[in-house]
Amino acid sequence: MLLHQQPTKRRNLRLNTISLPTETLFHAILMLFSLFCIVPFLFVVIISFTSEDSIRQIGYAFVPQSWSVQAYQYVFKLGDVLWRSYFNSFYITIIGTALSVLMTLLYAYPLFRKDFRQRHFFNFLSFFTMIFGGGLVPTYIICKNVLGLSENYAALIVPMLFSPFNVIIMRTFLQTSVPTELIEAATIDGSGEYNTLLKVVLPIVKPGVATIALLNALAYWNEWFLALLYIRQNTEVIPLQYLLMKMQRNADFIAKNSHLLGADAANVAVNLPSQSLKMALVVLIVVPIACAYPFFQRFVVAGLTIGSVKG
Amino acid sequence: MSVINPRRPAVAASLMGSQRKKALLLCSMAAPGALWLLLLRYLPMFGIVLAFKDYRAYKPNTFWNNILQSEWVGFKNFAFLFKSPDTGVMIRNTLLYNLTFIILGLVIAVAFAIMLSELTRRFAAKTYQTLMFFPYFLSWVVASYFLLAFLDQTSGMIPNLQRLSGQTAIDWYQSPEYWPGILIGANLWKNLGYSTVLYLAAITGIDRTQYEAAAVDGATKWQQIRHVTLPNLRTMIIILFILNVGKIFNADFGLFYNVPLNSGSLYSTTQVIDTYVYRAYMNSGSVGMSSAAGLLQNAVGFVCILATNTIVRRVDPESSLF
Repeated sequence: MLLHQQPTKRRNLRLNTISLPTETLFHAILMLFSLFCIVPFLFVVIISFTSEDSIRQIGYAFVPQSWSVQAYQYVFKLGDVLWRSYFNSFYITIIGTALSVLMTLLYAYPLFRKDFRQRHFFNFLSFFTMIFGGGLVPTYIICKNVLGLSENYAALIVPMLFSPFNVIIMRTFLQTSVPTELIEAATIDGSGEYNTLLKVVLPIVKPGVATIALLNALAYWNEWFLALLYIRQNTEVIPLQYLLMKMQRNADFIAKNSHLLGADAANVAVNLPSQSLKMALVVLIVVPIACAYPFFQRFVVAGLTIGSVKG
Repeated sequence: MSVINPRRPAVAASLMGSQRKKALLLCSMAAPGALWLLLLRYLPMFGIVLAFKDYRAYKPNTFWNNILQSEWVGFKNFAFLFKSPDTGVMIRNTLLYNLTFIILGLVIAVAFAIMLSELTRRFAAKTYQTLMFFPYFLSWVVASYFLLAFLDQTSGMIPNLQRLSGQTAIDWYQSPEYWPGILIGANLWKNLGYSTVLYLAAITGIDRTQYEAAAVDGATKWQQIRHVTLPNLRTMIIILFILNVGKIFNADFGLFYNVPLNSGSLYSTTQVIDTYVYRAYMNSGSVGMSSAAGLLQNAVGFVCILATNTIVRRVDPESSLF
């Protein structure tokens, strides 16, 4: 009896679960794919700490011949052009996120108000652009020639300020978390529309605002397409993503565009650890995302779950 | 109106006044967004006429004047577009890639979500989920560097390993035959985690008592997956599938432009409608052809979305877009 009880007890622990071999197989498959997802990033981190000699000798390797922090030292030395674009990325992200969250909330709130008769009009105005558009070329020409979105920060911020998709997410957040009675009560108490939105509604939909803010911040941080379209000469405003893209095609881009003078410039150009430097920049661009990742996971999943089915 | 007592006109007037004031204030909230939509989305829609015009620069060289002065050419731009051998290639690529992404994305994501939900070690499941979801937050520019680390002709790991083992190194960025596999892999790498998390959220939402009842009735775990999990996911799977089919003519520009490093030798397997429109305009400056291709994409996409939405409305009215 005693001999029998042991296995029964162990089986009870695994009641209504998959068998152990199957679970092991699942672990193996999921672990493999997880590695597939994360190893490329780790590889790039390793390359960024690899000495230029080692890269010349054996190429990019998971175990380099020698390590070096030279790439990161050069990031500091080549201050101007690199930090400028790093700063630009932050600047565009912060301004763009603040403005787009404000616009999204202001647009979604009236759409959520059932007593606002014009809401159908505004709803359609936003929704129709999700299913039909002028296309890339007309949009480009209008933005550049008519609206003056060219060679400036505005060109990198304005085209992404508003998204009907985010309006739908925000409106759904409002619909599920703000009871109509609350707004009626505030109105009876003499609260104005803007006051109600700010003091009554906003505190309740903070998770929704956080979701939209994170989605927009991510979109602005990862943005390179707008720079590809609208920035031709003015390297002063380009974000880091676009700088990386240019470096892929033009290895000397940094040396050419850094404001070092004379012998110093030539010196830098010759000794530039260009391969590991590029990878160091990739690491620098991923680090802020990795830092914000826990927040992303928490808020973005909620937002995207709403958006994926309703968008 | 009927609520307002006609015998008390003062109250009625003030009520109507406050109604109007409220509507005005709410309109003012929507105004910035509406203005943005009008300028950046509706104004370019007039540019659709470009597809039917021979767009040239006139004096004064402003966009509107050029449009007005340019000659109407009817469907000539479309005729040119369809004569070009590139057109068939880019339409084929767009459709085949998107179809593959949709099917693989769906099947593997559902499988992964079920696997994650069945793991008994919650910590392990959470870790896998976190690692899988990570690439979704990176840009295609960053992803292209990740790939370059492996495939770069001079320093890349794979060509180097090939040279070490005495083989000739493959010049990946010049060999179009490998790119369908690479692009499908890259797309799964970036997006699979996201769809997995989405399906996992749906599985977590399933009422646990359904599983308990099935277990009491003697259902094995596999039978439970078949008869409880999958039926519960059915609607979501159908909706996401149909919505994605509605977007089948729109390709992910970053994937097809950045990941192959814009390499011209790879166009036969990497050119899609979106990259074609961009290149036709930016590189050859052909406004007419690129506008025609863009309009074709938008028009067909519009019809696809209307059609798929009608189907979604029949399957599950709650999930339809409109």
